[in-house]
Amino acid sequence: MPVLVDASTRVLVQGITGREGSFHTEAMIRYGTKVVAGVTPGKGGTTVHGVPVYDSVEEAVRAHPEVNASIVFVPAKFAPDAVYEAIDAGIRLIVVITEGIPIHEGIRMIRYARMRNVTVIGPNTPGVITPGECKLGIMPGHVFSPGRIGLVSRSGTLTYEVAMQLTSAGLGQSTCVGIGGDPVVGMDFIEVLDLFRRDPGTEAVVLIGEIGGDAEERVARFVVETEYPKPVVAYVAGRTAPPGKRMGHAGAIISMGVGDAESKIRALSSAGIRVAATPFEIPSLVREALSSRAKAA
Amino acid sequence: MKLYEHEAVELFRSYGIPVPRSIVASSPQDVRKAVVELGGRAVLKAQVLVGGRGKAGGIRVVGSPDEAEAVARLMLGASLKGEVVRKLLVAELIGFGRELYLSLTADRTNRGHLLLVSPMGGVDIEEIAAKHPESVLRVPIDPIVGLRSYHVRKAVRFLGLEGEAAADCERVLTGLYSLYSDYGCELAEINPLVVDERNRLMALDAKVIIDDNFVRVKGMPFEREKGPEDVARDLGFSYVELDGDIGVICNGAGLTMATMDLIKHYGGRPANFLDIGGGANAERVEKAVRFLLQKEGIRVVFVNVLGGITRCDEVALGLVRGIRESGKEVRLVVRLVGTREEEGQRILRENGYEFFRSMEEAARRAVELASGTA
Repeated sequence: MPVLVDASTRVLVQGITGREGSFHTEAMIRYGTKVVAGVTPGKGGTTVHGVPVYDSVEEAVRAHPEVNASIVFVPAKFAPDAVYEAIDAGIRLIVVITEGIPIHEGIRMIRYARMRNVTVIGPNTPGVITPGECKLGIMPGHVFSPGRIGLVSRSGTLTYEVAMQLTSAGLGQSTCVGIGGDPVVGMDFIEVLDLFRRDPGTEAVVLIGEIGGDAEERVARFVVETEYPKPVVAYVAGRTAPPGKRMGHAGAIISMGVGDAESKIRALSSAGIRVAATPFEIPSLVREALSSRAKAA
Repeated sequence: MKLYEHEAVELFRSYGIPVPRSIVASSPQDVRKAVVELGGRAVLKAQVLVGGRGKAGGIRVVGSPDEAEAVARLMLGASLKGEVVRKLLVAELIGFGRELYLSLTADRTNRGHLLLVSPMGGVDIEEIAAKHPESVLRVPIDPIVGLRSYHVRKAVRFLGLEGEAAADCERVLTGLYSLYSDYGCELAEINPLVVDERNRLMALDAKVIIDDNFVRVKGMPFEREKGPEDVARDLGFSYVELDGDIGVICNGAGLTMATMDLIKHYGGRPANFLDIGGGANAERVEKAVRFLLQKEGIRVVFVNVLGGITRCDEVALGLVRGIRESGKEVRLVVRLVGTREEEGQRILRENGYEFFRSMEEAARRAVELASGTA
């Protein structure tokens, strides 16, 4: 049983007529995702890859009441507006692919979503995939395979890299969640770990962190405090990152003495989490964790 | 985008935050004139973006125009923690008693804004927080509610301000919050905020960092000379310079960092972080290679691309052209997998370049080549 998205997910694409929106709509449909409607203000009445386009989320949802998730490809300047519109139209799961949303806008948008009990993934995320059932994002579907490992990450391509390693090691994935590379994101590591904890289809969790902020340190505390019942294997990118420099992601910055890789690795290790030194060690650490748990049981 | 102090001071002024009189000067003669205008004594402050300026000798008090000119001669053009000083802020000397600390920051952990207040200004907030955590008041500001009078009253009480200083504090905080919001700041900090002899507040330093995404969406609020990282951004890349000899080109921030880390793991030294982003075509890759090879001291270029929406054949074409056009002698190690990888690998082979399917092997090879053991 996967988390967040599955075969019953019915998707609305916001910004569907744009270059990225249209490209990934086709890729999602090809993967098997049920994309039922799209929105671009002013383009209502047209279709994109056979998907009907509406002028507003409200109209789209009225015509397709089965919509239960939205994915946003709207440019940074207008993306918060698109997210508020989706929240107000009653959509409960919103994936924000858009990169470059100003942090104050991001903070307000995430705060509003949480007040309304809406789950936002991102911004600046590759999205969420439940292999074989639903791809709600921009990831290359073929590197993922169905299985029992939950994957949660702050990164895009590095997630594909790790998924590829897991897949070729025969370790399929239950659900993979990119929480986003921005400093402030909606769903965080801990909330995803909580979903995986309750998911009987997830046996172990792989967590891919990076420099910046204290999300990994909080994971460490959470795992200890909740006596997290499933093995967690982690990797942290950015050991070579100099302080004060933004490493591509808006959130990947060591600032005011907080957020370097070594202290994250220390915190995770001291919580009993196996931390891989390279991305290739991840599959073997997962196997090790699973077998030592099997022995203990 | 971090602002120079004199830029932040201008913002403070326009938002009604009291600051000492000050003049920006870039020659010893202008510094002398400024000091005369300010009454013959002043403080000279090097305008640099690096932190820890005071301890490095970047702040000097001068007692006469002659002294000012002499000191300015030493300071201007000198390097302060690696940054050349081009301008000095010449500021009026202020007599003061207590030094306070005030800041507003975007708080990623709590997904809101945070007002930090301390009666122990003058030192770094990290130091205050570490040594005297009880002397730092943290007031979360909900983005939907904004800064309210009760937040201000709480801060004033904590700082123990009364009379005119209390009224000033309200004005300072309101101004600082407006500035922080209007400019989409990551940080707006006053340290120290001093209480002068007349029980009035004055900001003796100004630190403002504007969110880069805000700058991108709303435009550049201040002029800047472009460094390599800005040039790269205009080309559509994320770039950070390091001092190693293995150039790195990847797609995606996380993969780029992991690639740099892997180089270090095998004993090599990455020269940079360069993320070409998603869906790069041959032209973009060529630009990235040529941009990177302008940097001196790169012996090996390690390209690690995992193609999803990025096509490997496009990447290979761009690499071959970029290296040819740059006219530089560098070894190229390529790890290329994903969409159209066979075509990409064929292009590389035909041009005599090595490629790998495994990132691990490729990283080992890059390190070997750079260290001359291959």
